[in-house]
Amino acid sequence: MAYTEEELKKELETKEYEYGFYTDIESETFPNGLNEEIVIAISKKKGEPEWMTLWRLEAFKYWKEMEEPEWANVHYEKPDFQAISYYSAPKKADPNKTLDDVDPELLEMYKKLGISVDEQKKLQNVAVDIVMDSVSVATTFKKTLAEKGIIFCSISEAIKDHPELVKKYIGSVVPQRDNFYAALNSAVFSDGSFCYIPKGVRCPMELSTYFRINQAGTGQFERTLVIADEDSYVSYLEGCTAPSRDENQLHAAVVELVALDGAEIKYSTVQNWFPGNKDGKGGVFNFVTKRAICEKNAKVSWTQVETGSAVTWKYPSCILKGDNSIGEFYSIAVTNNYQQADTGTKMVHIGKNTKSTIISKGISAGKSQNSYRGLVQVNSRADGARNFSQCDSLLMGNECGAHTFPYIEAKNKSAMIEHEATTSKIGEDQIFYCNQRGIDTEKAIALIVNGFSKEVLNKLPMEFAVEAQKLLEISLEGSVG
Amino acid sequence: MDLKDKLISSFMAFENNVDVEHPVHDVRMAAIKNFEEKGFPSKKEEAWKYTSLNNIQKIDFSIFPKEENALEYKDVKRYFIHEIDTYKIVFVDGIYSSYLSETTHDGVDICLMSAALTKPMYKPVIDVYFNKVASKDESLTSLNTAFSREGAYIYIPKNKMPKKPIEILHFSTGNEASLLLQPRNLIVVEENAEVQIIERHQSLTSNEVLTNAVTEIFAAKSAIVDFYKIQNDAPTASLIDNTYIDQKDKSLVKVHTFSFGGKLTRNNLNFYQNGEYIDSTMKGVTILGEKQHVDHHTLVHHIEPNCESHQDYKGIYGDASTGVFNGKIIVDKIAQKTNAFQQNNNILISDKASINTKPQLEIFADDVKCSHGCTIGQLDEDALFYLQSRGIPQKEARALLMYAFANNVLSSVRIPELKIRINKLIAEKLGVNLGFDL
Repeated sequence: MAYTEEELKKELETKEYEYGFYTDIESETFPNGLNEEIVIAISKKKGEPEWMTLWRLEAFKYWKEMEEPEWANVHYEKPDFQAISYYSAPKKADPNKTLDDVDPELLEMYKKLGISVDEQKKLQNVAVDIVMDSVSVATTFKKTLAEKGIIFCSISEAIKDHPELVKKYIGSVVPQRDNFYAALNSAVFSDGSFCYIPKGVRCPMELSTYFRINQAGTGQFERTLVIADEDSYVSYLEGCTAPSRDENQLHAAVVELVALDGAEIKYSTVQNWFPGNKDGKGGVFNFVTKRAICEKNAKVSWTQVETGSAVTWKYPSCILKGDNSIGEFYSIAVTNNYQQADTGTKMVHIGKNTKSTIISKGISAGKSQNSYRGLVQVNSRADGARNFSQCDSLLMGNECGAHTFPYIEAKNKSAMIEHEATTSKIGEDQIFYCNQRGIDTEKAIALIVNGFSKEVLNKLPMEFAVEAQKLLEISLEGSVG
Repeated sequence: MDLKDKLISSFMAFENNVDVEHPVHDVRMAAIKNFEEKGFPSKKEEAWKYTSLNNIQKIDFSIFPKEENALEYKDVKRYFIHEIDTYKIVFVDGIYSSYLSETTHDGVDICLMSAALTKPMYKPVIDVYFNKVASKDESLTSLNTAFSREGAYIYIPKNKMPKKPIEILHFSTGNEASLLLQPRNLIVVEENAEVQIIERHQSLTSNEVLTNAVTEIFAAKSAIVDFYKIQNDAPTASLIDNTYIDQKDKSLVKVHTFSFGGKLTRNNLNFYQNGEYIDSTMKGVTILGEKQHVDHHTLVHHIEPNCESHQDYKGIYGDASTGVFNGKIIVDKIAQKTNAFQQNNNILISDKASINTKPQLEIFADDVKCSHGCTIGQLDEDALFYLQSRGIPQKEARALLMYAFANNVLSSVRIPELKIRINKLIAEKLGVNLGFDL
């Protein structure tokens, strides 16, 4: 039976969001609205030291003076910041938890998500920190990691147990006043993950954080801080889901990576927040600030698979401060129905002989809009800087849009910068070629989409590559073989 | 008084000299209102992110030149493509110079905007075309529209082609300490007609000049338009060039921009494809030194299916010069089977030079082929070594490589004498004698 692009399109439209369930877990939620008292209350709730409370208040002060950015190529009804609850925690989560203490209902939920904590513990070499409604509920493998001197815990624990590290690095990559959402996050973040890899240590397993928005009417504001000390290596994974709701939920996270001399950080994200239903109702607003700073000979690699969220606004960036540092960005963004994504990266070359690579693949279907926005900046002292960027877009159906906004600024004569972008649809001749060789249309589309995104999928760690493939399947089910 | 206020108050004086009963005057009034609201664009606006007009606004420009100035042909001969016979429309300090010009009404109209805007016989054309494709929203275009009075008027009827190319030249003599010029050109090329136009702005002294030009080009079905812009002005001359092109079915419009000089040059080149099977080509060579600044802003709006656009801009930046390229391609939902290509290559040859480029695609149709490429780099050391090992001095070798870099833009220049002229200008800019003409 011939499988046409039309049918694929239809399937894409009607495909339901698999993770759209809601788990009835008793939780403690703050009243809606935001003012200084709420900020102080969050800080108090977490039992934070005074310097942290002051830091939050400072951020709140900046936030009040800032305006919501409008330059992105996305259109949405602005969230009412006074109608959101800024703190929601599953009640039963005990701060001194071990995996056995975790609410069985929670574990059940994670099973549904396909990230059974037990199973992961046994079968795979992945340490998981689970964050639900902005509060870290479970961290696995802590002991194994501690033997190597690796600290992997929730950020609120880190504030208590390792204040010297947090104090030194928090806000050093993304300052409080960096942008509207970063300031908001700095003021109200309720939890997140913290990771420190000591000098010369190669983290023996993948570290992973799973984010889940469960409660209605809450915003998720988590903060991730990863510090890789000299000559260390870590691979970090992040995944996210949310229940299907008619309202828009706000997710404003901040991720800071610090790669000291010779360190390497690999940060992979599979973002699958609820994208809204097929009429564009509901869905998560994903306004995220992610940035890494690379010291001498350091390397940071961002890999992201973006399939969820109603509106995405996300630019994982690298500040290549040290000489010979390397920044990489690999991204697949799939938008469907009424989703809007404005995503890309910034590569700021400051040190000498710095290199950056950008590979961005956008797939738009339905009535979605998919934009790549990137900046490559070579400062006047960055001798020998090298950049290669490629952004390809694939359009499925004639109601979607694909856009590219690459900014390239070069101030050094030895800079070598290349940028290419293409936009096309799955060519009839490509499908014909496959048909001719006995491959049916369904498989052919699968082949082509797979081939289109392969460069990025290859960059994901094994465990995640499988999941990413699965996610692509959700978006393009029936076509990916 | 700042420049904006001065311009707005000068509008009243300007009204004394034009026919306020004419329908065009309503257009002018709407335009000055828009300019009054918006003012000069600032760096906060996305389109002017990399080009600042702050310094220009500090200059106290004369808006109306006080007296007419005569120029001797021998003094300015070198600015003409004098090797070939051309029609000439020449302005000196914004005022038409009949002595230097050669216009015609023989089958085609190659004459003056001032005549077209006042004489009843041109009214049907003015009614249909004047200010129809130019932006009513952009403030500097509005400023030009408000003060539109003089410029070139070219009308080529169906199936006609003028016997020779047309040169439009704007000289400024420096009689004023600083002068603002606002020429307004209208070019209408009817069905199956063809025209070749060469445009140049030239300041003859070191006094400040700012030109804010608007050109509207209408290419009807199967029309062919070749437009060459030579920008090699004095280091005190600034140019803001706004060109709007409306194309109908199967028309072919090519715009070549050669930017070799001037203090600040901003080219806003806008193509609107209102038909099918249209071909739009824009090419540019930019070679800068000193503290020059050139900003190329192109827009191609694919409105109908089955059209093509080609862009190819090359830039070589030396000394403390800055270059900007912002190319935007919009493909509407119904514009299926669009092929849009964009290429921007740059060489930085000095540490103080900088380049900002933003090739931008906005695509709403799925069955399209769109690509853009952009590079910033240096001359190939291996190629340089190869040439040097064959006895070519380094300076010449570098020039040869740079010449080769820019050459494929020149290959589509269809007037051989113009090509030679451009070659000479490139050699002059690179400071070498290439020893050959192409």
